Amino acid sequence: MGTCASRCLRASAALAAAGAIAFATPALAAAPSTIEPADTAWMIVATALVLMMTIPGLALFYSGMVRKKNVLATMAQSLAAVMLISILWVAFGYSLAFVGDGTWIGSLDRAFLAGMGMDSVHPGAKTIPEALFMLYQMTFAIITVALVAGSVADRMRFSAYLLFGIAWFIFVYVPLAHWIWGGGFLAQAGVVDFAGGLVVHLSAGTGGLVAALVMGRRQGYGSENLSPFDLSLAVVGTGLLWVGWFGFNGGSALGANAHAVMAILTTHLAACAGAITWGALEWSTRRKPSVLGMISGAVAGLGTITPASGFVAPWHGLVIGALAGIICYWACTSLKHRFNYDDSLDVFGVHGVGGLTGTLLAGVFATAAIGGTSGLIEGNPKQLVAQLYGVAVTLVWSGGVTWGLLKLVSAFVPLRVSREHELEGLDISQHGEALQ
Amino acid sequence: MKLVVAIIKPFKLDEVRQALTAIGVHGMTVTEVKGYGRQKGHTEIYRGAEYVVNFLPKLRIEIAVNSDIAEKAVEVITTHARTGQIGDGKIFVTPIDHARRIRTGETDSDAL
Repeated sequence: MGTCASRCLRASAALAAAGAIAFATPALAAAPSTIEPADTAWMIVATALVLMMTIPGLALFYSGMVRKKNVLATMAQSLAAVMLISILWVAFGYSLAFVGDGTWIGSLDRAFLAGMGMDSVHPGAKTIPEALFMLYQMTFAIITVALVAGSVADRMRFSAYLLFGIAWFIFVYVPLAHWIWGGGFLAQAGVVDFAGGLVVHLSAGTGGLVAALVMGRRQGYGSENLSPFDLSLAVVGTGLLWVGWFGFNGGSALGANAHAVMAILTTHLAACAGAITWGALEWSTRRKPSVLGMISGAVAGLGTITPASGFVAPWHGLVIGALAGIICYWACTSLKHRFNYDDSLDVFGVHGVGGLTGTLLAGVFATAAIGGTSGLIEGNPKQLVAQLYGVAVTLVWSGGVTWGLLKLVSAFVPLRVSREHELEGLDISQHGEALQ
Repeated sequence: MKLVVAIIKPFKLDEVRQALTAIGVHGMTVTEVKGYGRQKGHTEIYRGAEYVVNFLPKLRIEIAVNSDIAEKAVEVITTHARTGQIGDGKIFVTPIDHARRIRTGETDSDAL
């Protein structure tokens, strides 16, 4: 054994040395690299954290809130987003969103990663490999598409979700990402969105709301018991989302630096404040603070701080989180019932309203010393106007295009399962599997 | 011989079992059941939506006893399953015509 192990070790050391020489030669010949090991290491971790937010984070968060007969189908929607969007992102999504300086859309120069070498860097993230920047942004596209599914949980046909998800990614996510993060017209207008208040949360929330309106309410909504299957899953999912959000917001600093730490600190405080506020509101109005309420408040705080996280001071995170708890609570418990729409898992109430609120609050609280942008409090009302502009464009674009895409998809595949299949549950009807 | 059937709150099972054993009841059958009486279930609220849960989880205990201790068994169950809150359950007593132990073939009182 010992002899074999030492022989194997010697052989692999020799191979490694040969490999190092082979790889080192072209690298030495290339121009001096600006890639920083620490930034690269942190962004690898951040990328993994954000991917973890979809599977298992969102998959558990969502599936814990549906009924037992729809748990697997709900998880399948998160899984499908990872599989589909990853490939589409590499094929053309990344290039159209982040490459080129078009006002409306990027270019296809990096389609299928053409021309992306080991030493390539993106102009917006010069200290990490471009492949890592591309991967990191991929995880945002994935979770955004997966988020939308929460609004139509319990009733959307899986094939329709796949078609809609692909189309929504192409026509809603990619353009918005380019307009705000890729140097498009919203970026040129001064709209700031640190980690996706508009690109991720408001776009997904609005898309989800429109999808819920187009597809109609679930069978038995308002009359039958649609209570969650297992909130303990949702709590675990929230925990994974919460930690993952450190990569989501902290990683948006694109480096292992103090800016990332401030964003993480702000994010954590906002989540705590959101959870406390939502729980306290339930305690005062309904005599008991529910677990679903506390985790809803945490996610509301996280979604709301997202656009502001790199622009505001830590104590602003507390204020923004507390406001998120109040406003999203109102949206989920009052607004929704007043207008009687069935946004199954409150994607609009939590993410849409949270993303909208946080985007505007970024325009209020932005602190030049933190993120280089001044908001209303520092005497720059123009930033709030820019944020309002960004919100309006996102609402109109996501809402309008989502509506059109659903109509288009429904011409090929019915959006909704049959009444019988909905009553039977989507696990059996869509996937041929069931929890016992 | 009497069959005593009691519907009780699940967390009262151990207390009831110990008390019944103390008065000489040797065996029981326990089934997880759901149901409601005058309590009419309870209300749960999720993000502002109220759901009435009609069928609440209960345990159904069945014990077969000699007639002379049936009343005592009912008393013991009543005492130990009681919380004073709504939904404590009910006890039903019915006569048993015939009993048989499958392993030995013993009948009636010998089979209990």
